[in-house]
Amino acid sequence: MKLSTLMTSAALALGLASGAVAQDKTKVGFVFVGPVGDGGWTYEHNQGRLAVEEEFGDKVETVFVESVAEGPDSERVMTQMALDGADLIFTTSFGYMDPTINVAKKFPDVKFEHATGYKRADNVSTYSARFYEGRAIQGHIAGSMTESNIIGYIGSFPIPEVIRGINSAYIHAKKVNPDVQFKIVWAYTWFDPAKEADAAKVLIEQGADVVLQHTDSTAPQAAAQEAGNVITFGQASDMAQYGPKPRVSSIIDDWAPYYIDRVKAVMDGTWESKDTWDGIGPGMVGIGEISDAVPADVKAEALELKDKIASGDYHPFTGPINKQDGSAWLAEGETADDGTLAGMNFYVEGIEGTIPQ
Amino acid sequence: MIRLEKRPQPSRALSLSTPIMAVLATFIFGGLLFAVLGKDPVEALQTIFWQPLFGEYAFYYRPQLLIKGAPLVLIAIGLSLGFKAGIWNIGAEGQYIMGAIFGAAVGLAFYPAEGWYIFPLMVLAGALGGWAWAMIPALLKVRFGTNEILVSLMLVYVAEQFLASMSLGLLKNPEGYGFPGSRNLQQYASAHNAELFAGSGMHWGVVAALIAVIFAYVLLTKHRLGFAIRVTGEAPRAARFSGVNPARLVLFCLGTSGLLAGLAGMFEVSGPSGQITIDFNVGYGFTAIIVAFLGRLHPIGILLAGGLMALTYIGGDIAQSNLGLPAAAIQVFQGMLLFFLLALDVFTHYRLRFGAAEAA
Repeated sequence: MKLSTLMTSAALALGLASGAVAQDKTKVGFVFVGPVGDGGWTYEHNQGRLAVEEEFGDKVETVFVESVAEGPDSERVMTQMALDGADLIFTTSFGYMDPTINVAKKFPDVKFEHATGYKRADNVSTYSARFYEGRAIQGHIAGSMTESNIIGYIGSFPIPEVIRGINSAYIHAKKVNPDVQFKIVWAYTWFDPAKEADAAKVLIEQGADVVLQHTDSTAPQAAAQEAGNVITFGQASDMAQYGPKPRVSSIIDDWAPYYIDRVKAVMDGTWESKDTWDGIGPGMVGIGEISDAVPADVKAEALELKDKIASGDYHPFTGPINKQDGSAWLAEGETADDGTLAGMNFYVEGIEGTIPQ
Repeated sequence: MIRLEKRPQPSRALSLSTPIMAVLATFIFGGLLFAVLGKDPVEALQTIFWQPLFGEYAFYYRPQLLIKGAPLVLIAIGLSLGFKAGIWNIGAEGQYIMGAIFGAAVGLAFYPAEGWYIFPLMVLAGALGGWAWAMIPALLKVRFGTNEILVSLMLVYVAEQFLASMSLGLLKNPEGYGFPGSRNLQQYASAHNAELFAGSGMHWGVVAALIAVIFAYVLLTKHRLGFAIRVTGEAPRAARFSGVNPARLVLFCLGTSGLLAGLAGMFEVSGPSGQITIDFNVGYGFTAIIVAFLGRLHPIGILLAGGLMALTYIGGDIAQSNLGLPAAAIQVFQGMLLFFLLALDVFTHYRLRFGAAEAA
């Protein structure tokens, strides 16, 4: 293709022209789906970016563009970064998958890292976190603390990642409280404070005294605070400003170690395409401090669960587990394989309602 | 005391010069905004307006201007017809979505068959989808006198839900591991709205936008229907006396704007975007309203305004990554443009008077 040759030669020319500078400065680009001040998903990716700057100082230059729409806009932003001499580009939303692959084809010398996707190439890696490990701990605390036995859950989109989280939280809530019931509301957004607040209010009105969220704003926390006797968990980011109650703990995405690791690999020339799916053990998923609003024994159990997951002694999806329709999924002692988890599109037994299709 | 006095005749000189004055005012106040944020205002403005056109990588950005500007122009042309006649279609975003869904659905229905007839059928389906969605507010207005502003706007949210449902259900890629989103039409040759010349940015949507500009120009200057549109906007009573059928005009204006918005959605989904996804729509339908007004509801003006808006988007992204300007600052900058345009517009119809009001 004409364009691709044109661009490769342009990139090459740039590489030659600024070769001396490029030698000691690695340029890293970040494409963000939300604003860096969202307090959740994008905020944590940006923290990772800042950690890269801190770690490598003068040896690295980072650039970012925030609130980039998925689709052709993201493709343009990535191309622009590659043209401007980026060596490594992190694209941090699932919807950037095809655009990342398209741009990567045109710039074979630039490395790409796509978060939460499943398409890879020689110069495209994928990475994601095992958030469901954190959901297990949330489920345990939620099931132990609920008095109404109704746990509200704000889903973003009915995709495998979110469904995994719901299942994991439900399984562990049910273990400590057989009467527990989940009410799930789909917000169809990752970040929309108004919609998230509405969803939280609806759930609280329906009797939920625990609200879990898979959306990124702090609006549900604020709604819970207003309602009074409701507890919540920080999502993606610690959201500590809502502690010690309603926010009693949180799942924190910690991308910093991974970002530093990958930037270093590019500097050393050891970068290669791979798929990374890390959890609590390697530190990609962090559990925010469990506040004093949680009874001491529950807190101790939660921390024990966390340690067991981190060490690999316990897998949150360990049989016996049936699917929602009653058919067997995992036998006694069997653990789920990553393939099934990656494409999970069913609820486990006991959850009411259907996954929107 | 300062007050506004209505001019007997709108000032023609001001009507032509306000867009330019608005752009200049945006430069000045936008520059101040960037300066307050600690960036060199000249460099920021140069990055936004100069880089994409004449900078080092202009060979890449110029085609991108066409890709970004075409849907804006296509939608804005349709909207301008209605706006001229006082018929307010605010729901182009919804019609854009429906056009994309209809178009993509027809293409995907043929998958994996290849044939020359598939793309033309998709174009027809896209136009039909947008037109049908706009017919809802049109018919409700004609039959029951409902407000088309509210109905068309509310239908945007209905269309968004429809889009989510399609991405998760009916049109979901069966090989997508359960993730939402359709197959990528870019990888399906018969349904791909590819560039007509590689690297030029020219796809069928750009061609359609240019045709729409010419069509609208001829309609408004040469055709009786264009006359009816203009008269209805300027003097509704006179229009009725001169034999204009208001109901038919509502159906025509909303239908045409819906049709063009549907086409824009269809060209986008089969070309630059490639996929029906939950977040497919990125606000072209709303931005086109700005483009229509910035272009003074005139076809040539809209063409220029669409280019200008596309420039601020592309340049804005460059400024974010090169200068570290926050996205919000770029959005404020774009907002300023419309604000100054509307603010200065007041002076086309009114003049400032100093001193106390004269006794009547």
